[in-house]
Amino acid sequence: MTLTTIRPRFSPKVRLRFDRRTGRHLLLYPETGLQLNHTATVIARLCTGEWTVDDMVEQLTQAYGDVSPDEIRREMCEFLDVLSHRGLLQGMA
Amino acid sequence: MNNESRPYTLIAELTYRCPLRCPYCSNPLDFAEHGNEIDTDTWLRVFQEAEELGVVQLNLTGGEPLLRNDLERLIEEARKIDLYTNLITSGIPLTFERLSRLRALGLDSVQVSVQSARPSVSDRIAGVPSFNRKLDVMRWVTSLDLPLTMNVVLHRENISEINEFIALAERVSADRLELANTQYLGWALKNRSALLPTREQIERARTVAAEAKARLRGSMEVLFVTPDYYTDYPKSCMEGWGRRFIVVNPEGLALPCHLAHTIPGLRFEHVTQRRLGDIWHHSAGFNRFRGEDWLPDPCRTCERRVLDFGGCRCQAFHVLGDAGMADPACSLAPGHDFIESARAQAGRTTGVPVLFEYRTGRGRSAR
Repeated sequence: MTLTTIRPRFSPKVRLRFDRRTGRHLLLYPETGLQLNHTATVIARLCTGEWTVDDMVEQLTQAYGDVSPDEIRREMCEFLDVLSHRGLLQGMA
Repeated sequence: MNNESRPYTLIAELTYRCPLRCPYCSNPLDFAEHGNEIDTDTWLRVFQEAEELGVVQLNLTGGEPLLRNDLERLIEEARKIDLYTNLITSGIPLTFERLSRLRALGLDSVQVSVQSARPSVSDRIAGVPSFNRKLDVMRWVTSLDLPLTMNVVLHRENISEINEFIALAERVSADRLELANTQYLGWALKNRSALLPTREQIERARTVAAEAKARLRGSMEVLFVTPDYYTDYPKSCMEGWGRRFIVVNPEGLALPCHLAHTIPGLRFEHVTQRRLGDIWHHSAGFNRFRGEDWLPDPCRTCERRVLDFGGCRCQAFHVLGDAGMADPACSLAPGHDFIESARAQAGRTTGVPVLFEYRTGRGRSAR
Protein backbone atom coordinates (compact mmCIF):
# COMPACT_ATOMS: atom_id res chain seq x y z
CA MET A 1 0.00 0.00 0.00
CA THR A 2 1.82 3.10 -1.16
CA LEU A 3 -1.02 5.47 -2.00
CA THR A 4 -1.42 7.78 0.93
CA THR A 5 -4.42 9.65 -0.36
CA ILE A 6 -6.77 6.71 -0.08
CA ARG A 7 -9.29 6.72 2.75
CA PRO A 8 -9.30 3.34 4.52
CA ARG A 9 -12.70 2.09 5.52
CA PHE A 10 -13.75 -1.22 7.01
CA SER A 11 -15.83 -3.62 5.02
CA PRO A 12 -19.37 -3.90 6.43
CA LYS A 13 -18.65 -7.40 7.73
CA VAL A 14 -16.14 -6.05 10.27
CA ARG A 15 -17.19 -5.14 13.78
CA LEU A 16 -14.91 -3.31 16.22
CA ARG A 17 -15.77 -4.36 19.73
CA PHE A 18 -14.44 -3.61 23.20
CA ASP A 19 -13.30 -6.71 25.05
CA ARG A 20 -13.92 -6.18 28.72
CA ARG A 21 -11.89 -9.25 29.67
CA THR A 22 -8.65 -7.74 28.36
CA GLY A 23 -9.50 -4.04 28.17
CA ARG A 24 -8.49 -4.18 24.51
CA HIS A 25 -10.47 -4.06 21.33
CA LEU A 26 -11.32 -6.88 18.97
CA LEU A 27 -11.97 -6.75 15.25
CA LEU A 28 -14.58 -9.37 14.58
CA TYR A 29 -15.38 -10.80 11.16
CA PRO A 30 -16.88 -14.09 9.96
CA GLU A 31 -16.09 -16.88 12.42
CA THR A 32 -12.91 -15.25 13.73
CA GLY A 33 -11.27 -12.02 14.82
CA LEU A 34 -8.13 -10.07 15.65
CA GLN A 35 -7.09 -8.78 19.03
CA LEU A 36 -5.79 -5.22 18.71
CA ASN A 37 -3.18 -3.44 20.77
CA HIS A 38 -3.64 0.18 21.70
CA THR A 39 -2.09 1.70 18.57
CA ALA A 40 -3.98 -0.67 16.28
CA THR A 41 -7.20 0.36 18.01
CA VAL A 42 -6.46 4.03 17.42
CA ILE A 43 -5.82 3.28 13.74
CA ALA A 44 -8.91 1.07 13.47
CA ARG A 45 -11.09 3.85 14.85
CA LEU A 46 -9.87 6.10 12.05
CA CYS A 47 -10.78 3.60 9.31
CA THR A 48 -14.13 5.26 8.67
CA GLY A 49 -13.60 6.36 5.08
CA GLU A 50 -13.31 9.92 6.30
CA TRP A 51 -9.53 10.14 6.74
CA THR A 52 -6.68 9.64 4.31
CA VAL A 53 -3.61 7.71 5.38
CA ASP A 54 -1.82 11.07 5.53
CA ASP A 55 -4.49 12.44 7.87
CA MET A 56 -4.20 9.34 10.03
CA VAL A 57 -0.42 9.63 10.25
CA GLU A 58 -0.78 13.24 11.29
CA GLN A 59 -3.30 12.44 14.00
CA LEU A 60 -1.14 9.67 15.41
CA THR A 61 1.97 11.82 15.28
CA GLN A 62 0.21 14.37 17.43
CA ALA A 63 -0.93 11.70 19.87
CA TYR A 64 2.51 10.05 20.11
CA GLY A 65 4.89 13.01 20.21
CA ASP A 66 7.95 10.83 20.80
CA VAL A 67 7.61 8.72 17.64
CA SER A 68 8.67 10.02 14.22
CA PRO A 69 6.04 10.39 11.48
CA ASP A 70 8.06 8.01 9.28
CA GLU A 71 7.97 5.34 11.93
CA ILE A 72 4.24 5.85 12.41
CA ARG A 73 3.61 5.75 8.68
CA ARG A 74 5.59 2.52 8.31
CA GLU A 75 3.73 0.80 11.13
CA MET A 76 0.37 2.04 9.97
CA CYS A 77 0.94 0.82 6.43
CA GLU A 78 1.98 -2.59 7.76
CA PHE A 79 -1.20 -2.83 9.79
CA LEU A 80 -3.39 -1.63 6.93
CA ASP A 81 -1.72 -4.23 4.72
CA VAL A 82 -2.69 -6.95 7.17
CA LEU A 83 -6.27 -5.71 7.15
CA SER A 84 -6.33 -5.41 3.39
CA HIS A 85 -4.94 -8.90 2.79
CA ARG A 86 -7.61 -10.31 5.04
CA GLY A 87 -10.24 -8.54 2.98
CA LEU A 88 -11.27 -6.34 5.91
CA LEU A 89 -11.01 -3.00 4.10
CA GLN A 90 -13.48 -1.88 1.51
CA GLY A 91 -12.36 -1.60 -2.08
CA MET A 92 -8.68 -2.07 -1.27
CA ALA A 93 -8.06 -5.56 -2.54
CA MET B 1 -9.21 -16.94 34.21
CA ASN B 2 -5.93 -17.09 32.39
CA ASN B 3 -5.76 -16.34 28.71
CA GLU B 4 -4.76 -19.94 28.02
CA SER B 5 -8.30 -21.17 28.42
CA ARG B 6 -10.67 -18.48 27.27
CA PRO B 7 -13.45 -19.47 24.91
CA TYR B 8 -13.88 -17.08 22.02
CA THR B 9 -16.48 -19.11 20.15
CA LEU B 10 -19.69 -20.81 21.16
CA ILE B 11 -20.78 -23.48 18.72
CA ALA B 12 -24.51 -23.80 19.28
CA GLU B 13 -25.78 -27.01 17.71
CA LEU B 14 -29.43 -26.09 17.69
CA THR B 15 -30.72 -29.40 16.36
CA TYR B 16 -29.55 -32.69 14.88
CA ARG B 17 -32.50 -32.62 12.48
CA CYS B 18 -31.53 -32.01 8.87
CA PRO B 19 -33.24 -32.40 5.51
CA LEU B 20 -29.90 -33.51 4.01
CA ARG B 21 -28.19 -36.82 4.72
CA CYS B 22 -24.58 -36.44 3.69
CA PRO B 23 -22.47 -39.55 4.25
CA TYR B 24 -19.71 -37.60 6.01
CA CYS B 25 -22.01 -35.88 8.48
CA SER B 26 -20.12 -34.95 11.63
CA ASN B 27 -23.09 -35.51 13.90
CA PRO B 28 -22.82 -38.56 16.17
CA LEU B 29 -23.81 -41.86 14.57
CA ASP B 30 -26.57 -42.31 17.12
CA PHE B 31 -27.94 -38.80 16.70
CA ALA B 32 -31.40 -40.17 16.06
CA GLU B 33 -31.43 -41.69 19.53
CA HIS B 34 -30.95 -38.33 21.16
CA GLY B 35 -33.74 -36.80 23.15
CA ASN B 36 -35.33 -33.41 23.30
CA GLU B 37 -33.81 -30.18 22.11
CA ILE B 38 -33.29 -27.46 24.70
CA ASP B 39 -35.74 -24.59 24.50
CA THR B 40 -35.38 -20.95 23.52
CA ASP B 41 -34.97 -19.58 27.04
CA THR B 42 -32.24 -22.07 27.83
CA TRP B 43 -30.33 -21.09 24.69
CA LEU B 44 -30.67 -17.41 25.55
CA ARG B 45 -29.25 -18.06 29.01
CA VAL B 46 -26.40 -20.07 27.47
CA PHE B 47 -25.57 -17.18 25.13
CA GLN B 48 -25.48 -14.80 28.08
CA GLU B 49 -23.29 -17.11 30.16
CA ALA B 50 -20.99 -17.69 27.21
CA GLU B 51 -20.60 -13.96 26.68
CA GLU B 52 -19.70 -13.57 30.34
CA LEU B 53 -16.98 -16.19 29.86
CA GLY B 54 -15.45 -14.18 27.01
CA VAL B 55 -17.21 -15.61 23.96
CA VAL B 56 -17.51 -13.11 21.10
CA GLN B 57 -18.36 -15.40 18.16
CA LEU B 58 -21.55 -17.42 17.97
CA ASN B 59 -21.90 -20.19 15.40
CA LEU B 60 -25.47 -21.33 14.95
CA THR B 61 -25.27 -24.79 13.47
CA GLY B 62 -26.73 -28.29 13.64
CA GLY B 63 -28.02 -30.39 11.92
CA GLU B 64 -29.85 -27.65 10.13
CA PRO B 65 -30.37 -24.57 12.32
CA LEU B 66 -33.07 -23.23 9.96
CA LEU B 67 -35.35 -25.97 11.26
CA ARG B 68 -35.56 -24.15 14.61
CA ASN B 69 -38.50 -21.77 14.45
CA ASP B 70 -37.02 -19.65 17.24
CA LEU B 71 -33.95 -18.79 15.15
CA GLU B 72 -35.19 -15.21 14.78
CA ARG B 73 -35.37 -14.72 18.53
CA LEU B 74 -31.97 -16.33 19.12
CA ILE B 75 -30.28 -14.05 16.59
CA GLU B 76 -32.04 -10.97 17.90
CA GLU B 77 -30.96 -11.62 21.48
CA ALA B 78 -27.41 -12.60 20.49
CA ARG B 79 -27.06 -9.25 18.77
CA LYS B 80 -28.18 -7.44 21.90
CA ILE B 81 -25.19 -8.84 23.77
CA ASP B 82 -22.85 -7.98 20.89
CA LEU B 83 -22.07 -11.52 19.75
CA TYR B 84 -20.92 -11.89 16.13
CA THR B 85 -23.46 -14.34 14.79
CA ASN B 86 -22.64 -16.83 12.04
CA LEU B 87 -25.33 -19.04 10.55
CA ILE B 88 -23.86 -22.35 9.38
CA THR B 89 -26.44 -23.84 7.06
CA SER B 90 -27.24 -26.06 4.13
CA GLY B 91 -29.60 -23.31 2.96
CA ILE B 92 -32.54 -25.70 3.10
CA PRO B 93 -35.29 -24.73 3.89
CA LEU B 94 -35.06 -20.97 3.50
CA THR B 95 -36.84 -18.11 1.77
CA PHE B 96 -35.48 -14.71 0.82
CA GLU B 97 -37.98 -13.13 3.20
CA ARG B 98 -36.77 -15.14 6.16
CA LEU B 99 -33.12 -14.44 5.40
CA SER B 100 -33.89 -10.70 5.14
CA ARG B 101 -35.60 -10.88 8.50
CA LEU B 102 -32.64 -12.69 10.09
CA ARG B 103 -30.32 -10.05 8.74
CA ALA B 104 -32.49 -7.23 10.04
CA LEU B 105 -32.46 -8.86 13.46
CA GLY B 106 -28.67 -8.89 13.57
CA LEU B 107 -27.29 -11.87 11.69
CA ASP B 108 -23.65 -11.12 10.78
CA SER B 109 -22.57 -13.82 8.35
CA VAL B 110 -23.76 -16.94 6.56
CA GLN B 111 -21.90 -20.10 5.69
CA VAL B 112 -23.54 -22.30 3.06
CA SER B 113 -22.35 -25.83 2.40
CA VAL B 114 -22.12 -27.14 -1.15
CA GLN B 115 -21.66 -30.87 -1.76
CA SER B 116 -20.49 -30.64 -5.36
CA ALA B 117 -20.25 -27.95 -8.04
CA ARG B 118 -22.28 -30.25 -10.30
CA PRO B 119 -26.02 -30.25 -9.59
CA SER B 120 -26.63 -33.97 -10.05
CA VAL B 121 -23.60 -35.01 -8.00
CA SER B 122 -24.41 -32.51 -5.28
CA ASP B 123 -27.95 -33.79 -5.01
CA ARG B 124 -26.79 -37.39 -4.88
CA ILE B 125 -24.25 -36.70 -2.11
CA ALA B 126 -26.76 -34.67 -0.11
CA GLY B 127 -29.31 -37.42 -0.65
CA VAL B 128 -32.00 -34.91 -1.67
CA PRO B 129 -32.42 -32.38 -4.51
CA SER B 130 -30.91 -29.21 -3.07
CA PHE B 131 -28.24 -27.76 -5.35
CA ASN B 132 -30.32 -25.19 -7.21
CA ARG B 133 -31.81 -23.87 -4.03
CA LYS B 134 -28.32 -23.53 -2.53
CA LEU B 135 -27.33 -21.36 -5.48
CA ASP B 136 -30.36 -19.16 -4.86
CA VAL B 137 -29.54 -18.92 -1.17
CA MET B 138 -25.94 -17.91 -1.83
CA ARG B 139 -27.12 -15.17 -4.18
CA TRP B 140 -29.65 -13.97 -1.61
CA VAL B 141 -26.90 -13.78 1.02
CA THR B 142 -24.67 -11.56 -1.07
CA SER B 143 -27.59 -9.49 -2.39
CA LEU B 144 -28.35 -8.64 1.24
CA ASP B 145 -24.71 -7.57 1.71
CA LEU B 146 -24.08 -10.36 4.17
CA PRO B 147 -20.61 -11.94 4.02
CA LEU B 148 -20.90 -15.39 2.47
CA THR B 149 -18.67 -18.34 3.24
CA MET B 150 -19.04 -21.18 0.78
CA ASN B 151 -18.06 -24.38 2.51
CA VAL B 152 -17.17 -27.56 0.70
CA VAL B 153 -16.36 -30.81 2.41
CA LEU B 154 -13.88 -32.45 0.07
CA HIS B 155 -13.60 -36.16 -0.47
CA ARG B 156 -12.64 -38.62 -3.15
CA GLU B 157 -15.66 -38.03 -5.32
CA ASN B 158 -15.68 -34.22 -5.47
CA ILE B 159 -12.03 -33.25 -4.94
CA SER B 160 -11.34 -33.24 -8.68
CA GLU B 161 -13.90 -30.42 -9.01
CA ILE B 162 -11.62 -28.02 -7.20
CA ASN B 163 -11.47 -25.54 -10.09
CA GLU B 164 -15.25 -25.64 -10.42
CA PHE B 165 -15.67 -24.92 -6.71
CA ILE B 166 -13.41 -21.90 -6.96
CA ALA B 167 -15.25 -20.65 -10.06
CA LEU B 168 -18.59 -21.14 -8.33
CA ALA B 169 -17.44 -19.24 -5.24
CA GLU B 170 -16.30 -16.38 -7.46
CA ARG B 171 -19.57 -16.43 -9.36
CA VAL B 172 -21.65 -16.07 -6.20
CA SER B 173 -19.20 -13.45 -4.82
CA ALA B 174 -18.28 -15.45 -1.75
CA ASP B 175 -16.24 -13.68 0.86
CA ARG B 176 -14.56 -16.92 1.92
CA LEU B 177 -14.20 -20.34 0.39
CA GLU B 178 -13.54 -23.16 2.81
CA LEU B 179 -12.20 -26.25 1.10
CA ALA B 180 -12.22 -28.54 4.07
CA ASN B 181 -11.29 -32.14 3.68
CA THR B 182 -13.48 -34.62 5.48
CA GLN B 183 -12.52 -35.36 9.06
CA TYR B 184 -12.69 -39.12 9.45
CA LEU B 185 -14.88 -39.36 12.50
CA GLY B 186 -18.55 -40.21 12.93
CA TRP B 187 -20.31 -41.02 9.67
CA ALA B 188 -17.17 -40.22 7.69
CA LEU B 189 -15.11 -42.85 9.51
CA LYS B 190 -17.83 -45.37 8.74
CA ASN B 191 -17.63 -44.34 5.07
CA ARG B 192 -13.90 -43.74 4.98
CA SER B 193 -12.95 -46.15 2.26
CA ALA B 194 -15.43 -44.46 -0.09
CA LEU B 195 -14.34 -40.96 0.90
CA LEU B 196 -10.59 -40.82 1.47
CA PRO B 197 -8.82 -39.27 -1.55
CA THR B 198 -5.45 -40.46 -2.82
CA ARG B 199 -2.27 -38.51 -2.16
CA GLU B 200 -2.17 -37.41 -5.81
CA GLN B 201 -5.70 -36.02 -5.58
CA ILE B 202 -4.79 -34.08 -2.45
CA GLU B 203 -1.60 -32.66 -3.94
CA ARG B 204 -3.34 -31.52 -7.10
CA ALA B 205 -6.15 -29.85 -5.16
CA ARG B 206 -3.73 -28.18 -2.80
CA THR B 207 -1.78 -26.69 -5.68
CA VAL B 208 -4.90 -25.31 -7.35
CA ALA B 209 -6.16 -23.89 -4.04
CA ALA B 210 -2.81 -22.20 -3.35
CA GLU B 211 -2.90 -20.53 -6.75
CA ALA B 212 -6.45 -19.27 -6.16
CA LYS B 213 -5.54 -18.06 -2.70
CA ALA B 214 -2.74 -15.90 -4.10
CA ARG B 215 -4.82 -14.64 -7.02
CA LEU B 216 -7.86 -13.72 -4.90
CA ARG B 217 -6.07 -12.34 -1.89
CA GLY B 218 -7.95 -9.38 -0.44
CA SER B 219 -11.22 -10.14 -2.23
CA MET B 220 -11.91 -13.76 -1.32
CA GLU B 221 -10.20 -15.79 1.35
CA VAL B 222 -9.42 -19.32 0.20
CA LEU B 223 -8.82 -21.89 2.91
CA PHE B 224 -7.65 -25.38 2.08
CA VAL B 225 -7.62 -27.84 4.93
CA THR B 226 -5.52 -30.90 4.20
CA PRO B 227 -6.94 -34.09 5.69
CA ASP B 228 -4.82 -35.11 8.64
CA TYR B 229 -4.44 -38.56 7.07
CA TYR B 230 -1.99 -36.84 4.69
CA THR B 231 -0.14 -34.51 7.02
CA ASP B 232 2.90 -35.60 9.00
CA TYR B 233 1.56 -34.02 12.13
CA PRO B 234 -1.91 -33.90 13.65
CA LYS B 235 -4.26 -30.98 13.43
CA SER B 236 -4.58 -28.58 16.31
CA CYS B 237 -8.01 -29.96 17.09
CA MET B 238 -10.35 -27.20 18.34
CA GLU B 239 -7.14 -25.21 19.01
CA GLY B 240 -6.72 -27.32 22.13
CA TRP B 241 -9.20 -29.13 24.36
CA GLY B 242 -11.31 -26.70 26.41
CA ARG B 243 -9.19 -23.78 25.32
CA ARG B 244 -10.97 -21.66 22.68
CA PHE B 245 -14.31 -23.32 21.88
CA ILE B 246 -17.41 -24.47 23.67
CA VAL B 247 -19.90 -26.67 21.89
CA VAL B 248 -23.40 -26.98 23.27
CA ASN B 249 -25.27 -29.80 21.59
CA PRO B 250 -29.00 -29.92 20.85
CA GLU B 251 -29.78 -31.53 24.21
CA GLY B 252 -27.77 -28.97 26.14
CA LEU B 253 -24.64 -30.99 26.79
CA ALA B 254 -21.62 -28.66 26.99
CA LEU B 255 -18.57 -30.09 25.23
CA PRO B 256 -15.00 -29.20 24.19
CA CYS B 257 -15.80 -30.53 20.69
CA HIS B 258 -18.92 -31.78 18.99
CA LEU B 259 -17.96 -35.46 19.37
CA ALA B 260 -16.31 -35.38 22.81
CA HIS B 261 -19.23 -37.23 24.38
CA THR B 262 -18.60 -40.19 22.09
CA ILE B 263 -15.49 -40.89 24.17
CA PRO B 264 -16.48 -43.27 26.97
CA GLY B 265 -15.52 -42.51 30.54
CA LEU B 266 -15.61 -38.74 30.28
CA ARG B 267 -18.16 -36.85 32.31
CA PHE B 268 -19.87 -33.90 30.67
CA GLU B 269 -22.64 -31.77 32.01
CA HIS B 270 -25.85 -30.18 30.80
CA VAL B 271 -26.41 -26.45 30.69
CA THR B 272 -29.80 -27.09 32.23
CA GLN B 273 -28.11 -28.37 35.39
CA ARG B 274 -25.09 -26.14 35.85
CA ARG B 275 -23.95 -22.70 34.75
CA LEU B 276 -21.78 -22.70 31.65
CA GLY B 277 -18.98 -20.88 33.47
CA ASP B 278 -18.83 -23.59 36.13
CA ILE B 279 -18.83 -26.30 33.49
CA TRP B 280 -16.08 -24.61 31.52
CA HIS B 281 -13.81 -24.14 34.52
CA HIS B 282 -14.59 -27.10 36.74
CA SER B 283 -16.15 -30.02 34.93
CA ALA B 284 -14.06 -33.17 34.81
CA GLY B 285 -14.67 -33.58 31.09
CA PHE B 286 -13.36 -30.12 30.18
CA ASN B 287 -10.32 -30.54 32.41
CA ARG B 288 -9.44 -34.07 31.32
CA PHE B 289 -7.24 -33.09 28.34
CA ARG B 290 -6.52 -29.47 29.19
CA GLY B 291 -2.99 -28.17 29.44
CA GLU B 292 0.02 -30.46 29.27
CA ASP B 293 -0.13 -32.67 32.35
CA TRP B 294 -2.15 -35.38 30.62
CA LEU B 295 0.10 -35.57 27.53
CA PRO B 296 1.27 -39.06 26.53
CA ASP B 297 4.54 -40.00 24.87
CA PRO B 298 5.82 -38.87 22.44
CA CYS B 299 3.88 -35.57 22.81
CA ARG B 300 5.08 -34.95 26.36
CA THR B 301 8.56 -33.94 25.23
CA CYS B 302 7.74 -32.93 21.66
CA GLU B 303 8.28 -29.30 20.78
CA ARG B 304 5.14 -29.38 18.61
CA ARG B 305 2.91 -29.90 21.65
CA VAL B 306 2.31 -26.14 21.83
CA LEU B 307 1.09 -26.21 18.22
CA ASP B 308 -1.16 -29.25 18.13
CA PHE B 309 -1.88 -30.06 21.81
CA GLY B 310 -1.51 -33.77 21.04
CA GLY B 311 -4.06 -33.65 18.21
CA CYS B 312 -7.59 -34.97 18.16
CA ARG B 313 -8.82 -36.94 21.20
CA CYS B 314 -11.78 -38.38 19.31
CA GLN B 315 -9.50 -39.70 16.58
CA ALA B 316 -7.22 -41.33 19.17
CA PHE B 317 -10.26 -43.02 20.67
CA HIS B 318 -12.09 -43.99 17.49
CA VAL B 319 -8.94 -45.31 15.80
CA LEU B 320 -6.87 -46.64 18.70
CA GLY B 321 -9.51 -47.15 21.35
CA ASP B 322 -7.76 -44.86 23.83
CA ALA B 323 -8.48 -41.11 23.91
CA GLY B 324 -5.41 -40.53 26.07
CA MET B 325 -2.97 -41.61 23.35
CA ALA B 326 -1.27 -39.37 20.81
CA ASP B 327 -3.37 -38.71 17.72
CA PRO B 328 -2.45 -41.51 15.28
CA ALA B 329 -2.41 -38.97 12.44
CA CYS B 330 1.02 -38.00 13.80
CA SER B 331 3.87 -39.80 12.06
CA LEU B 332 5.67 -39.98 15.42
CA ALA B 333 2.76 -41.64 17.21
CA PRO B 334 2.27 -45.32 17.94
CA GLY B 335 -0.69 -46.49 15.89
CA HIS B 336 0.24 -44.39 12.89
CA ASP B 337 0.38 -47.59 10.82
CA PHE B 338 -3.43 -47.61 10.89
CA ILE B 339 -3.44 -44.27 9.05
CA GLU B 340 -0.76 -45.50 6.66
CA SER B 341 -2.79 -48.56 5.75
CA ALA B 342 -5.91 -46.42 5.16
CA ARG B 343 -3.81 -44.29 2.79
CA ALA B 344 -2.51 -47.36 1.01
CA GLN B 345 -6.04 -48.67 0.63
CA ALA B 346 -7.11 -45.32 -0.87
CA GLY B 347 -4.33 -45.69 -3.45
CA ARG B 348 -5.41 -49.23 -4.37
CA THR B 349 -9.11 -48.52 -4.78
CA THR B 350 -8.83 -45.60 -7.18
CA GLY B 351 -11.61 -45.79 -9.72
CA VAL B 352 -13.74 -48.18 -7.69
CA PRO B 353 -17.35 -46.96 -7.67
CA VAL B 354 -18.21 -45.10 -4.51
CA LEU B 355 -20.85 -46.55 -2.23
CA PHE B 356 -22.09 -44.44 0.61
CA GLU B 357 -23.98 -45.42 3.64
CA TYR B 358 -26.33 -42.50 4.01
CA ARG B 359 -26.85 -40.79 7.28
CA THR B 360 -30.24 -41.99 8.43
CA GLY B 361 -32.35 -41.65 11.48
CA ARG B 362 -35.61 -40.83 13.09
CA GLY B 363 -36.81 -37.30 12.52
CA ARG B 364 -35.31 -37.07 9.07
CA SER B 365 -37.58 -35.70 6.45
CA ALA B 366 -38.23 -38.14 3.61
CA ARG B 367 -37.99 -35.45 0.95
